[in-house]
Amino acid sequence: MFDVRRIGGVAASVLGSCLTLVVVAAQQPAIPALPTPPPIPMPAILQAYKPVGADRLLKPDERDWLMIRRTYDGWGYSPLDQITTRNVARLRPVWSFSTGSTSGHEAPPIVNDGVMFVATPGNQVIAIDAKTGHQLWRYRRTSPEDLIALHRTNRGVALYGDKVLLATSEAVLVALDARTGREVWTSEVADNRSGYYMSLAPLVADGKVMVGASGGETGIRGFVAAFDIETGKEMWRVYTIPAPGEPGSETWPQGDQWKTGGGSVWVTANYDPDTHLSFWGTGNGGPWMGDQRPGDNLYTASTIAIDVTTGTIKGHYQYHPNDSWDWDEVSPPILVDYRRDGRTIKGLIDVARNGYLWFLERSGGPITFVQGMPYVKQTVFRGLDPKTGRPDVDPARTPGTGKVADGICPSHWGGKNWPPIAFSPETRMIYIPANENLCSTITGSPVKYTPGDRFVGASSVVSIAPGADHFGEVQAWHVDTGKKVWTHTYATSPNWGSMLATGGGLVWSGGTNDRKLHAFDAANGKVLWEFPTTSGILGPPVSFSVDGKQYIAVQSGWGVDSRSMQARLNTLTRGNYPEVPEGGSVWVFALP
Amino acid sequence: MADAPQGVGRRTVLKGAVGIGAGLALAPVVAIAQGDQASARPREGDLLVTVDDSTLKPLTPDDIPLASAPTMAWAMEPKERIVRSGSRLNRVLLVRLDADALGAGTRARAAGGVVAYSATCTHEGCDVGGWMPVEQMLFCECHQSTFDPRDAASVVDGPAPRSLPALPLTLVDGRLVVARPFTARVGVETV
Repeated sequence: MFDVRRIGGVAASVLGSCLTLVVVAAQQPAIPALPTPPPIPMPAILQAYKPVGADRLLKPDERDWLMIRRTYDGWGYSPLDQITTRNVARLRPVWSFSTGSTSGHEAPPIVNDGVMFVATPGNQVIAIDAKTGHQLWRYRRTSPEDLIALHRTNRGVALYGDKVLLATSEAVLVALDARTGREVWTSEVADNRSGYYMSLAPLVADGKVMVGASGGETGIRGFVAAFDIETGKEMWRVYTIPAPGEPGSETWPQGDQWKTGGGSVWVTANYDPDTHLSFWGTGNGGPWMGDQRPGDNLYTASTIAIDVTTGTIKGHYQYHPNDSWDWDEVSPPILVDYRRDGRTIKGLIDVARNGYLWFLERSGGPITFVQGMPYVKQTVFRGLDPKTGRPDVDPARTPGTGKVADGICPSHWGGKNWPPIAFSPETRMIYIPANENLCSTITGSPVKYTPGDRFVGASSVVSIAPGADHFGEVQAWHVDTGKKVWTHTYATSPNWGSMLATGGGLVWSGGTNDRKLHAFDAANGKVLWEFPTTSGILGPPVSFSVDGKQYIAVQSGWGVDSRSMQARLNTLTRGNYPEVPEGGSVWVFALP
Repeated sequence: MADAPQGVGRRTVLKGAVGIGAGLALAPVVAIAQGDQASARPREGDLLVTVDDSTLKPLTPDDIPLASAPTMAWAMEPKERIVRSGSRLNRVLLVRLDADALGAGTRARAAGGVVAYSATCTHEGCDVGGWMPVEQMLFCECHQSTFDPRDAASVVDGPAPRSLPALPLTLVDGRLVVARPFTARVGVETV
């Protein structure tokens, strides 16, 4: 029971203090009231804003870039073909725009009928006239001071109807009015104080908006959750780590380890509208050392197929069981039908952080193994089971609690990290941003779980493989032969660049410490054009057109893991990898 | 989620506040006041306790092992014994080093050879809990930033953009006591 009299006394005292302040204030010179500014009229381009229906997401106009990879299959391909291998040398910047944010800018500009939406670190979305570069509105949501987010970045917004959907660092889903930038609703997805944070773009499909959470280094239990687009109300939630009794729980035989088992969802799924299955990548187990969580640990380091209607897991493929190398399967596989042994396979292709390229087969449910091969130096797997693809793991390259393992290649950053691959239907090739010649020494140690604290129990020191002459690569592989066609090597840079393919026979990406956007001949890897922007480029380039003119757009803004790798290489090479300038901006290019 | 934390964390503070409040008339007011105190940054006169010590024993230099991995601690308001664990940014790391090896500025902030720094990395906000025993350097396991505890926790390697803020210490009755607030804003400074 509260003592009303005493609380009343406190209230009276507070009221007295306020009255005193009022009296003091009354003695000050009066401050003239500011005139109320007239309301700013909505720009015409926003008055005419074109809502994004399900049909437009399924079959986007070639002028638009409505989703982070443009199409649900995850190709990162635009059919626009004004800019070609023959004229790309004449490409020039049209406008640039400072975002005012630091840290790594990992979001593609999203373009709907000439309106561009850019997400940046710091929970910011900027709407820009895509042709002129004029700002239309700006939204920023302040994160808590003690935010837990090991990667302060954002990988893009989603559009649906007249809404813009944003997943914030502190694990809140926000719906904005696309015409005004004002919040329509917010929905808390998970508790940031327990180490859940978000860095992915939402996925919109089947009238729902879906997100997952990061936090595999803070002992989260990963999940994907769906929300009603109109209200923000949660519709379903499915965990990437099964509870006792659920399918896959037999791979967590020891006690309550599943409760802190990791399985983060870092990146947005790709989606098959025919089967209603969304394909998500899942992260490492928590803590890092597999010997602290015996079992295969489903569904860590996997692809899971989630039915977007019901939120049930209909299929999965685990790239390696019982991870001990921090090889999250960060990216989802892309959906490509490819030829093998005289038949066309409804395929999934995944370029995994563990250094293997995986060709899989999708269905309305199970995912099956077709072929796997290393695309960078891989010292941990001695081979794959020819039927299942399960790797034969070298125990000497497997760290454990109190056990050091060295010569682990690729490093914990992986042969490829989160930056997405692209696929061109013209060349039938996928384009991979790879990092070669980096390895790890990992040492495990005991660790205790405390909500919100680091729950890793390991340290990883990155080193350079003997005889290395480069790190960053762009690789092209033909999906119907399973053979590598070309490799471009960067002599003095790692590669953190997301890939874009366009209809003019070109492949685009940044990713290098020289701040450049690069355009390659998609057929042979020849560099045809480069341009140094203000900072390094991590996010996906995109292509769109307005008034019949094709543009290339990308965010420049180095940071997060690219900054870490650059710093590590600078130490290892005695000063050859100095700090890359930071600070975000949007760059848009076109032919004269 | 998993079991409740063993150490003195936010939940302990909250439980403690509710426990005290239940016997008093001004329960919500007391709880709010304690919550504020628990979230406030360390202040002059605060004692230090390890993060997992439920007995709240104030630390002395002898409790900090010489030239070893950092001891994680919270500041504690001495009168009401309120542990300032209400914000993760309050976490402090303590290292005891040979006083002669300390730089002049660092020596002035040390007490009994013990130096205190914010445990929150200035890069992405991870806890700096690692230790390189040969080099005697602090190490952040998230992104490999390395800091020199003898030289104001300056960055010697890795992506951290600035030093770890220091927490100046003094000795009172043999116990480690906060002499002044953090020397700089703690945490990450991205916009």
